Amino acid sequence: MDYKAPNSIDEAVKLLAEAKGAARVLAGGTDLLVQIRAGLAKPPLVVDVKNIPELRKISTDSDGIHIGAAVSGAELGEHDEVKAAWPGVVEATELIGSTQIQGRASLGGNLCNASPAADTVPALVAAGAICIIAGPDGQREAAVEHVATGPGQTTLKNGEFVTEFRLPKKLPRSADAYLRFIPRTEMDIAVVGAGVYLTLDEKGVCQQARVALGAVAPTVLLVGDGSKAIVGSSLDDAALDRLKAAASAACNPIDDKRGTVEFRVSVAGVLAKRAALIAKQRAEVN
Amino acid sequence: MPRQHVTTEVNGEPQDFLCEPQETLLDVLRDELHLTGTKEGCSSGDCGACSIMVDGRLVCACLMFGVEAQGKTIETIEGMAEGDKLHPLQTKFLEEAALQCGFCTPGFLVAAKALLERNSDPTETEVRYWLAGNLCRCTGYDKIVRAVMDVAAETRET
Amino acid sequence: MKNETQEFKWVGKRPIRPDGVDKVTGRAKFGADMHLPGMLIGRVLRSPHAHARIRSIDTTKAASLPGVKAVVTGSDFPPPPPPVWQAAGEVPVNFRDLARNVMARDKALYDGHAVAAVAATSAAIAEEAIDLIEVDYEVLPHVIDVKAAMKPDAPLLHDDLFTDGVSPKPDKPSNIAKRMEFAVGDIEAGFSKADVVIEREFTTKPVHQGYIEPHACVVDSSEDGRLFIHCSSQGQFMVRQFCARVLDVEISKVTVVPAEIGGGFGGKTTVYLEPTAGLLSRITGRPVKMVMSRTEVFRASGPTSGGATKIKIGATKDGTITAAQATLAYQAGAFPGSPIGPGCMCAFAPYNIQNVNVVGHDVVVNRPKVAAYRAPGAPISEFGVECVIDEIAEKLSIDPIALREKNAARQGTKAYYGPTFGPIGFVETLEAAKQHPHYSAPLGENQGRGVASGFWFNIGGDSSASVHINEDGTATVIEGNPDIGGSRASLAQMAAEVLGIDYDKIRITVADTSSVGYNFLTGGSRVTFASGKAVIEAANGAISELCARAAKLWEIDADAVEWVDGEARPAGDNAGDFEPMPLSTIAGASGKTGGPISGHASLNVKGAGPGFGTHICDVEVDQETGRVSVIRYTAVQDVGRAIHPGYVEGQLQGGVAQGVGWALNEEYIYDKDGRLDNPGFLDYRVPVASDLPMIDTVLVEVPNPNHPYGVRGVGEVPIIPPMAAVANAISDALGVRLKDLPMSPPKVLASLSNGGSRTPS
Ligand SMILES: Cc1cc2nc3c(=O)[nH]c(=O)nc-3n(C[C@H](O)[C@H](O)[C@H](O)COP(=O)(O)OP(=O)(O)OC[C@H]3O[C@@H](n4cnc5c(N)ncnc54)[C@H](O)[C@@H]3O)c2cc1C
Ligand code: FES
Ligand code: FES
Repeated sequence: MDYKAPNSIDEAVKLLAEAKGAARVLAGGTDLLVQIRAGLAKPPLVVDVKNIPELRKISTDSDGIHIGAAVSGAELGEHDEVKAAWPGVVEATELIGSTQIQGRASLGGNLCNASPAADTVPALVAAGAICIIAGPDGQREAAVEHVATGPGQTTLKNGEFVTEFRLPKKLPRSADAYLRFIPRTEMDIAVVGAGVYLTLDEKGVCQQARVALGAVAPTVLLVGDGSKAIVGSSLDDAALDRLKAAASAACNPIDDKRGTVEFRVSVAGVLAKRAALIAKQRAEVN
Repeated sequence: MPRQHVTTEVNGEPQDFLCEPQETLLDVLRDELHLTGTKEGCSSGDCGACSIMVDGRLVCACLMFGVEAQGKTIETIEGMAEGDKLHPLQTKFLEEAALQCGFCTPGFLVAAKALLERNSDPTETEVRYWLAGNLCRCTGYDKIVRAVMDVAAETRET
Repeated sequence: MKNETQEFKWVGKRPIRPDGVDKVTGRAKFGADMHLPGMLIGRVLRSPHAHARIRSIDTTKAASLPGVKAVVTGSDFPPPPPPVWQAAGEVPVNFRDLARNVMARDKALYDGHAVAAVAATSAAIAEEAIDLIEVDYEVLPHVIDVKAAMKPDAPLLHDDLFTDGVSPKPDKPSNIAKRMEFAVGDIEAGFSKADVVIEREFTTKPVHQGYIEPHACVVDSSEDGRLFIHCSSQGQFMVRQFCARVLDVEISKVTVVPAEIGGGFGGKTTVYLEPTAGLLSRITGRPVKMVMSRTEVFRASGPTSGGATKIKIGATKDGTITAAQATLAYQAGAFPGSPIGPGCMCAFAPYNIQNVNVVGHDVVVNRPKVAAYRAPGAPISEFGVECVIDEIAEKLSIDPIALREKNAARQGTKAYYGPTFGPIGFVETLEAAKQHPHYSAPLGENQGRGVASGFWFNIGGDSSASVHINEDGTATVIEGNPDIGGSRASLAQMAAEVLGIDYDKIRITVADTSSVGYNFLTGGSRVTFASGKAVIEAANGAISELCARAAKLWEIDADAVEWVDGEARPAGDNAGDFEPMPLSTIAGASGKTGGPISGHASLNVKGAGPGFGTHICDVEVDQETGRVSVIRYTAVQDVGRAIHPGYVEGQLQGGVAQGVGWALNEEYIYDKDGRLDNPGFLDYRVPVASDLPMIDTVLVEVPNPNHPYGVRGVGEVPIIPPMAAVANAISDALGVRLKDLPMSPPKVLASLSNGGSRTPS
C-alpha cells in the first residue's frame, strides 16, 4: 500500500484518476482503516485529502454554509453558526461514534462509505444539502441523496471525490432535527435514523417539509409521503400519525444482526414523528 | 513498499521514525517506539484503549496511519505525569480505586484529561458520554466517573 | 451488621495499591507489551466453518514465503493426552480436549477453531502466509442451539461421546455429554402441598467475558527444551501445567512469568495461544509473540454457556416454598465441560427448601469451547429461579424481599447439594436492601423496580506465599496470583496488619512459577481468602523467627517473647525487663543472630465462606421502541470482611455492569452457516459509560470464621442477580415477563405488542 497526501484538489484528482479506481480516498479513516484491518479493503494507494485546505474549511456566504468534506465531527460541533442554523445536521454528525471517532470522522467519509445506516446522510438529505464533487472533468454538484446507490456503492466516477457540502441558507421559522435508534446509548450503528426539516408559517402551519430515513432500505430514503403527511397541518396528532404511518410504509429493510424488519418498520415511524416534533419546536422559536 | 520517514513530536520531544504506510500509529507507538502504555484492545475504534492526543484532539491511535502523523504533535499516557509528579487524574484514580485490571486506564486518563481541558465543570452525563468510547469491563464505570468529577471539582476550587 | 474495622490499622482501609503508579503511567507490562530481541510474530489460521472434516492442509506456499520461519498444524503437536478429567480451572479440564481446542486435529468444530499457525519476521508477513495455507474441508452439518443439539437426529460433534450419568450406559453417541441430578425430599409431595405452582422456561445467550485485553503471549524455547512463557493469564501455574501437558514436556522445564492481566473474569483460566507459540518457538529457535485480534477473541475464546432452563416452584399462601424443580441444559461449546455442575448446585441454594430436584445436561454444540465466567453456571440457573420467585411474590401479594426472607438459607440450613451452611449473611443482605432508601423511593411513569438475589460458594484451594524481612525493616511479600483487581493491595494490607508495620514498608510481588510455591489460579474469588491465608501464615512464620531472634539478643527463651504492634516484647513480667525491640532493629541484627529472616506457607485452604447478594434495580422503558434504561441500581452483598473496601465495591459494581450487559444487549449472533456475525465490540454491545447509572453498594460484613479477618470471596456473586433484577423491574414497569435474554429492544417491543405473557392472577 502506498500513501499520498496531496495539498490541492487537482493533485488529488490526478492521483485518483491515475490509479484507475483502485485508490481509496482517506479522510478520517474511521471506516477505511477498519476495512483495511479486517482485510475487506486492500487498496494499493490511499490518498489522504486532509492536507487540502478547501476540504478542512467551514464558511458562510449568501448561498448558505460550505463545509469541507474532511472537516471532522468535533470541528463541526464546535462551530456555533452551523449549530444554530442546522442543529439536526450537527446532532447527526455528533452521534457518529465516540469522542475519539469525532476527532477524525468526516461528512465526506460518512456519505462516501455509503452505508445505509450513516447518521449524517438522512439529516443532510432532509436539509436539502448538496455536495460538490471534483473530478478529471472539473466540478459538479449533486444532491446528497444521489450519491450513494446501495451499500458500499456510489455514483462517484473514477478520479472523483467529494470536496464540500453546501447547506442552504436557513429560512425563518424553519428547523431540522435528527434522531436515531440504537440499543445502547452510544457506540452503536443506527438501527433506524430519521431526519426531518420543516418550515412553519406564522400560524404554525407547516409550509414545506422533507423527511428522510436511514437504515431501513439499501440507501437513505427521502420519504415524499412523509412530507405530504404534515405539510398543511399544524403537526397535530392526526398529522403525526399520518407521518408515522408514511414513514413505516416507506421502509424496505432487512433482518440483520442490528435489527429485525418488523422492529425497523415500527421504530422508523416513531422516530419520524419524534424528529418532526423537535423540528417543529425549534422552528417555532426561530 | 519502502518505509516512509515521519517527523513528529511525541510527549514534548522531537521524534522521527520509519514506518510502512499501512502500519497504524498504534503499531508505531507500541512496536517501533516501545511506548506500550497505549493499549490495543480492538484495533477497530471500539474500545478507546489506544486513546491519544494528536494536535490537541482525542483520537484512536488504531484508526490512524503512522504516516499521517507527519508534522503532528502527539501526546500519550507516558507524557501525562510531569517528572515524578502525577497528574491529578492519575492520583485520583489511585485514591478512589478507579481501576481494577488497569488495561483501560491509560485510555481513560488521556480521554478524561482532554475533557477537563475543555470543560472544567462537566455534569455526570457529560462525563459518561465523553467517555462512552472507552470501554471498561472491570469497574462498571462508577469510580471512574466519580474520580473525573472529583478532579474537576478540586481543580475548580484551586 | 458488624463493623469491627476500627480495631485494625490496615485491614478495612483504602491504601493506594502497590502496582498503582505503574498502571496509571503506562509503565505496567501486560501480555502484549513484552518485546524480545529476534522475536517472531505468530498468527493463527482459523476455520471458517462451524463443523468440517479437515481432509488435508497444504502449507508449502506459506512456508516458502520469504520471512516465514515455521508453519504448524495439528499433526506437528504431540498426540493429545488421554481424556482424563482433572480439577484445573474453576471447572474441570480434560487435556485431550484442551489440546484439540488449541489446534484442531481431524475436525474443525466451530467457526474460529485454530487449524494452523505460522511464525514470521513481521505481522504483515505472518498474515500473508496465513492466507496462503490451503485447507481442504469437508463441510459437515452443524448445530448451534442447545435444544437442537439434544435432539436424537442432531448432527453429532463427536462420535465417541456417550452420555455420562445415565444407566444403562447408552450405546449411541450423543451431543449430551453428561446428565446430573441433585435431589432431596419428595418433589411431588412438595408440589402437592403448594397453593401456587409456577413453571416457566427461560433461555440465556452465551456471553463473553469481554476483558479489554486480548490474549497475548511471548514464548521463548531454549535448545535444551526449556520454555519461558511470558503471558497474561489468571494463573501462571495453570499455564505451566497446561502447556506442559499439551506439548508433552516436564513441568520443571517450563517457566511462566505472569504479565499484568487486562481482565479475565474466568476467561483467562485456560490456554489458547501459548502451546502454539511454544511449538513455533521450539521449531524456529526464536521467541514467538502471539496476540489475538478482537475478532479472534470473540470467535475462539470464552464465552460462558448459553442455557435453556425450566424452573418450577411451588409455595403455600403464606409464602413458604414447598418444592423447587429445575431442568437445565447448558451449552459447553465444541467440547464437553460447561459449568452445569455449579449451575445445578447454585440454582436454589439461597433458599431453605425441603423438596428439591435439579437435573442438568452438559451439551456440546458447534461454538467455541466455553470458559469460566464469574460464578460459572450460577447466573444461568439463578436467573430463572429469581424470576419465578418474583412471580410467586406477585401472585401471593407478598413483598419480594419478604418472600425471600421467609425462605432464606441461614446458618444451619443444609443445602440440597450437600453442605450445611455456617455463618452466612443472606438474611442480612435482604434486611439491608429493605432498609435502603432505594427500595422505597418513588418511581415515575414507565419505570419499574425489581429485586433479585444470588449465591456462589466461593473457593479456597492451593496457595503459597513467602514473607521476607529486609535488613532495613521493610518486608517483601512474594505471592503467586495475578492481580486483576487490587489483590496485591489486600494481601499487603493483611501482611502489614500481621507484622505490625506500615503498609508502605511492604513491597509485594507476583512471582513467576520458579520463584514461589504452587498457587492455584486467580479465580472463584479465592485470592484474598486463600492466598491471603497463605500470606498471613507466612507472615506469622516470619514473626516466630523475629521473636526467636529477639530472644537470642535478650538471651531469654523464644517462647518468652511475644509480638505486639510490630515489635518484640517480653511476654509477661517473668520474661525479664527489656525495652520492646522493633522489627527494624531485629532485622538489622539478623546477620549476627542467624541470617535471613523469612516465613513461608504452602497451604491447601479450605473453608471458603459462601457469598450472597441482593440487588435492587430500577428501569425505565420506552414503550414505543422497547428500549430499557437502567436508571438506578443498588447492590448489597455479604462480603465477610472488606480488606480494601474500594476494590470490594469495585467488584460489585463491575459484576453488576456485566450482568446488566448480559440482561439487555450482549449476545452471540450466528448466521445460518454457523459463522459468528458479530465478532467485535461494536455489535456485541457491552455496556458503555453512558448506559449505566452510578452503582450503589452496601457491604454487609458477616465474617467468615475460617479466615483470620473474616474474608469471603466477593467477585462472583455480583454478576448473578442483575439479569433477574432487570427482568423483574421490566415486569414491574410493563406487566410483561421476559424470559429470554437478552431483553433487547426488539424483544421488549414484540412482547408489548403481543400483550405480554403476564399470567392472569
Ligand atoms: C467505533 C466506530 C463507531 C462508529 N459509529 C458511527 C455512527 O454512530 N454513525 C455513523 O454514521 N458512522 C459511524 N461510524 C463509521 C464512521 O466513523 C463514519 O462513517 C465516518 O463519518 C467516516 O468518516 P471518515 O472521515 O472517517 O471516513 P474514511 O474512513 O476516511 O472514509 C470512508 C469512505 O469514504 C471514502 N471517502 C472519504 N472521504 C471521501 C471524499 N471526500 N470523497 C470521496 N470518498 C471519500 C473513503 O475512501 C472510504 O471509502 C463509526 C465507526 C467506528 C470505528
Ligand atoms: S484499540 Fe483502538 S479503539 Fe480499541
Ligand atoms: S479496569 Fe479493567 S478494563 Fe477497566
